[in-house]
Amino acid sequence: MAKLSRRQLIRTGLAAGAAVAVTRCANNTNQAQAPSGTPNNPATGPEVNTNQVKDVTLRMIGTGVSQINEIRDKAQEDLGFKIDVRALSTEENNQIAITQPGQYDLFDGEYFSLPLVVPSGNLQAIDVSRIKEFDKIVPIFTQNKFDGARVEQAQGTYPYRVMYLREQGSKEFATEPTNWATLIPFQYNADTLGYRPDLIGSTKIESWAQLFDPQFRGKTSILDIPSIGIMDAAMVVEAAGLMKFGDKGNMTKQEIDQITDILKEQKRNGQFRAFWKTFDESVNLMASGEVVLQSMWSPAVTAVKARGIDCIYAPLKEGYRAWGGGVGLSKNLSGIQLDAAYEYLNWMLEGWMGAFLGRQGYYSAIPENARKYMTPAEWDFWYEGKPAAEDMVDPFGKTLEKKGAVRDGGSFKERMGNVVVWNSTMDEQVHLVKKWNEFIAS
Amino acid sequence: MYKSWKTVQPYILALPQTLVFLLFLIFPILMILLVSFWEFNGYTMVPGFTLSNYTDIFTSDVYLRTYLNTFKYVILVWFFCLAIAFPVAYFLAFHIQNQKLQIILFLICTVPFWTSNIIRMISWIPVLGKEGLINSTLMSLNLIQQPIEWLLYSDFAVVLGMVHLFNFFMIAPIFNSLMRIDRNLITAAEDMGASGWQILREIILPLAAPGIAIGSIFIVTLVMGEFVTVRLMGGGQSASVGKLIQTQIGSLQYPLAAANAVVLLIVTLILVSGILRVVDIRKEL
Repeated sequence: MAKLSRRQLIRTGLAAGAAVAVTRCANNTNQAQAPSGTPNNPATGPEVNTNQVKDVTLRMIGTGVSQINEIRDKAQEDLGFKIDVRALSTEENNQIAITQPGQYDLFDGEYFSLPLVVPSGNLQAIDVSRIKEFDKIVPIFTQNKFDGARVEQAQGTYPYRVMYLREQGSKEFATEPTNWATLIPFQYNADTLGYRPDLIGSTKIESWAQLFDPQFRGKTSILDIPSIGIMDAAMVVEAAGLMKFGDKGNMTKQEIDQITDILKEQKRNGQFRAFWKTFDESVNLMASGEVVLQSMWSPAVTAVKARGIDCIYAPLKEGYRAWGGGVGLSKNLSGIQLDAAYEYLNWMLEGWMGAFLGRQGYYSAIPENARKYMTPAEWDFWYEGKPAAEDMVDPFGKTLEKKGAVRDGGSFKERMGNVVVWNSTMDEQVHLVKKWNEFIAS
Repeated sequence: MYKSWKTVQPYILALPQTLVFLLFLIFPILMILLVSFWEFNGYTMVPGFTLSNYTDIFTSDVYLRTYLNTFKYVILVWFFCLAIAFPVAYFLAFHIQNQKLQIILFLICTVPFWTSNIIRMISWIPVLGKEGLINSTLMSLNLIQQPIEWLLYSDFAVVLGMVHLFNFFMIAPIFNSLMRIDRNLITAAEDMGASGWQILREIILPLAAPGIAIGSIFIVTLVMGEFVTVRLMGGGQSASVGKLIQTQIGSLQYPLAAANAVVLLIVTLILVSGILRVVDIRKEL
């Protein structure tokens, strides 16, 4: 559906006009041709630079960092230009990224959306040489290495698979590191099942297979977002020994048919209480006791706990399902706006933002930078898996964990090292959505 | 000169409205129709001409089942809305003599519209849930031992939610019809010895029919496209055509979603024209 309303037409037109104007101005001052400070383009007086950058506004769409105004305010304060953010759902974010390229300058999205977004040609490759601390980024992203842990063999759309482009302007992913990146990561996490220890009885939750345990009939839930829900379902089905996959992250048509048949059977048997689509729904299902065991996102568990209800984010023997978010550049950016965008990417890695997100349980692209802004107690709790030396308070002033608590699943190494699958976009995406709809309709 | 101006005048008066309709109703529908024949390459739509979106719909039993399920909701919601709306409208129109009170009571019927429909939905959850108001009351009275699960996340909850949301669309037109009934007709019938039941059947019901028809059109069109209530109250486990389209749009499959939208539009139009055949609503307008 070409969603071309009058308002969007005008907005796009204005944005394009502004972009043209900015590019022209920038070219006139001979700034865009060579990096500032090189012989061809000696650095101009500081006032000129700041004044120009002050007029820049970067429009950002996204699901992650874009949702938090505090981060935007801090970035504006540190960088001196304006950032407009639009918080969206994962689905809307992809839709706009693909169909309305004129609407954004920065794309804050998940790695698994890249196989959809990159072929549209709406993102421009990030020049890795302009990212000062690129080498310090956790090697899961840049080299698919993590001290030999099993995350290196993880299936699905793992970040390294979509991290690099073959060359500037290419729409194809490179298999080796190149100088051209798709997204610069800023947050990621390992997801698993959450449960209510007070309602689950004496059973220990140790395996994904327990989501299908008849003991919890009518008390479980999974996500109703095909790309993510299918991965959780695959973990469950595989753990329960109901079927085997060649590659969970890229199923064949037969595998998709088989797994939806299993899901349908479970639904018929009344295994599920509900399916959820948004963060808040998952929190409400758990907090109200409608569901005692379900697939969950880490901050959702925290949100349940913040209501004074006990909830555990179970470390399971099969491993975690992970996701990663990063920021990419729109193809519209050039000249001084592009410079500003690179400044933002560098600022993002600098540590303040990593620490801010770290206090909510997310991991940062460069943990040692985030550490600079965290107290030793915070670092020990969130990254080292040690008992909290003091109450853990999130950036909004809410106490998340009492003194003495230990993070479910342990340290950064233990949690991220045990990732076995990432959120995925499969080749058979169309078939998957069709079968998923069948499952919901059954 | 003057005469020709007179003939052109109504057209010029109608022009702005026509343009608005063309731009915001006809044009988008034509776009949807166009896109429904396009192809989908896995991440975006490609202009082209294919019937595969339609053959998918008509050959898969998922769509048939989803439509049947949606019809089930339409019939149930329509029935309960009518069953509630008619007595309410009747009471307002015939039993409240004070006009001021009548208006106040009518406005009270609009109270549910003072908050967003999502909030109205969510507020049902603490009432119907396993640990909700009804279940905990029944359990503390020892009437049940286990919480009743079908209260929430079930077809019952979906229908309840929709009746709650849409009832007013039935009340308003029926009330309007009833208010237009000439009271002398009823007096005359009483004078000639008709019973209350006869008056209702022979006079009030036929004269209220246009209002019922208009209300029915509202209900049918609203329920056919409904997806938020189905998702929230059905706990994501119930299917409707609207929800199916939403899932397809969510995964960027616009051509397939467009084809579904076209089919849904046609089915809804058939239902509406069916209602119009039974009742002549022009009498009302």
